Amino acid sequence: MTGPVTSVVTANWDDPTVFRLDGYRAKGGYEGLRKAVGMTSAEVIELVKASGLRGRGGAGFPTGVKWSFVPQDTGKPTYVVANFDESEPGTFNNREIVEREPHRFLEGLAISAYAVGSHTAFIYCRGEFLWPGQILDAAIRDAYAEGIFGDSVLGSGYAVEVVLHRGAGAYICGEETALLSSLEGHRGQPRLRPPFPAVEGLYEAPTLINNVETLATIPSILVNGPEWFAGIGPERSPGTKIFSVSGKVERPGNYEVPMGTPLRTLLEEHAGGILGGRRLKAWTPGGSSTPMLTAEHIDVALDFESVAAAGSLLGTGAIIVMDETDCIVEATRRLLQFYAHESCGKCTPCREGTWWVSRVLSRIELGYGRPEDLPLLDDLGTNILFKAFCALADGAVSPIQSSLRYFRDEYEQHIEEHRCPFARRGPGAEGVIAPEGVGVGA
Amino acid sequence: MGVLTPELLVRAEEIKARYPAGRERSALMPLLYLVQSVDGSLTREGLREVGELLGLTTAEVEAVATFYTMLRTRRTGTHVVSVCTNLSCALRGARDVLEAALDASAMPAGEETTEDGLLTVHEEECLGACDAATVVQIDFMNHDRVTPERVRELIATLRAGQVPTPSRGTAPSDFRHASRILAGVEEPS
Repeated sequence: MTGPVTSVVTANWDDPTVFRLDGYRAKGGYEGLRKAVGMTSAEVIELVKASGLRGRGGAGFPTGVKWSFVPQDTGKPTYVVANFDESEPGTFNNREIVEREPHRFLEGLAISAYAVGSHTAFIYCRGEFLWPGQILDAAIRDAYAEGIFGDSVLGSGYAVEVVLHRGAGAYICGEETALLSSLEGHRGQPRLRPPFPAVEGLYEAPTLINNVETLATIPSILVNGPEWFAGIGPERSPGTKIFSVSGKVERPGNYEVPMGTPLRTLLEEHAGGILGGRRLKAWTPGGSSTPMLTAEHIDVALDFESVAAAGSLLGTGAIIVMDETDCIVEATRRLLQFYAHESCGKCTPCREGTWWVSRVLSRIELGYGRPEDLPLLDDLGTNILFKAFCALADGAVSPIQSSLRYFRDEYEQHIEEHRCPFARRGPGAEGVIAPEGVGVGA
Repeated sequence: MGVLTPELLVRAEEIKARYPAGRERSALMPLLYLVQSVDGSLTREGLREVGELLGLTTAEVEAVATFYTMLRTRRTGTHVVSVCTNLSCALRGARDVLEAALDASAMPAGEETTEDGLLTVHEEECLGACDAATVVQIDFMNHDRVTPERVRELIATLRAGQVPTPSRGTAPSDFRHASRILAGVEEPS
């Protein structure tokens, strides 16, 4: 391999033939799986460990280490579950992976099943992804017909069954324990950890859960070797990553670049710069659940360590870009509307807190804010953060605290002027529908 | 009157068989989609029949059904139009698209389904296609980069008894058909 590697997962995206199994195989598809089934499962796990790959679903946990945590001697079946419930606002790379090259993901899924000694793989496909789900349904059938899944994976004698399971509209089901509850036919509410899913997951059996982008990265690592992958990007966050760039840029889209690429490069060389030549104001590094950063952070390298050092999280690598004409209070209000809607209701701080915060933000945006609202928001954020069962609540606090940290003056301006300074339609927020009772109490 | 016909009862058993023996409760969501594909929403009788198939009470089934937004226990239109208004789409004018959609469908204030029962129009959370903001789904098929003018055209097409061609894939004929696909009992095209 010569020159800098810039694409691993998206390398074939310009070629429409890789949508189908024969086209994917013509490009070397399923050779990673063939190599895997010729090794022992322990060797496959060691190889993935050596690559340094970290999970792409948000937490960044080392993938090979996660695989090694799955016990293979419990006497129970072992399950693998692909988390294709992609719902983090701003994130859209899993969907495009499946829409362009579904077999790359399926190959990674089969490799993961073999590595942990599982014969049953579930794909939890987001319900709203009707078309990607149909693509997978067809791709799974094709793979069975070609002996890739079924009783003997590529003639190895190792059996892997794949079951497609569709969700039904609930952001919380991207959280791995809520996903398992949902897959078992219950409300999608998170469970206490420990026990972790690796030990006691689906049907109380050892379960490995991986994100679609993570799994789609695996085949190339098998083919090219762990050193190749580990040699891309920074030492502690190796490899490439698909960044989903949306909002106020000229060319929104998925861009795969080496980890550690500065935001400036991603914006200017890939996404075409800020829309209309305007100025960058704020951005999220990893979806709405990661603290927003500002134009001052444009040279932050996009890898787990550097983004954390800048006070945020790499998350899913979903860059939502806001420019100087966008109102931070309205953006935060819309995000809290999302968390209030998606809170599963299990924990009081999240269920009540997100709803309360969204009402306070609404009244500020509509021009009814009070000076004491800002300390109230600080207090509510503190009372939600780390006080609920799962990370949904912590994610909801990210936009609250980060917007107050960097744009407190903008909140104050709303309150002092009794209006949104960015509204294009006169007093009050642009199109904000006033919740019942706003401005008259609460 | 039963909701599930003999043909659908065969399908229901196939759905249950996807999951390990003793773990048939996992079939609850696809079975709810199957029932939804008959009536266009979840009726009391449909919930009861699903419970009967899985040995659950109607209350247990309803507890699950009401948790998920795509399982509809309320009155639902022939077609469901979902307008993403989450941040990435909001930054690209989603609020105007939603207002145009509500206006073009002559939606009564505060309602989400038209009086004639043709359309349900609602605000949706992030649909995972933010590069194509504003995203609108019709019966869960994506329409990319929708403007207020475009959403009016989409709704006019539905009013004319046709289903607009989505940006990718083949559109189901209506919400019931989409529910049947989601139940996983339709061969992919």
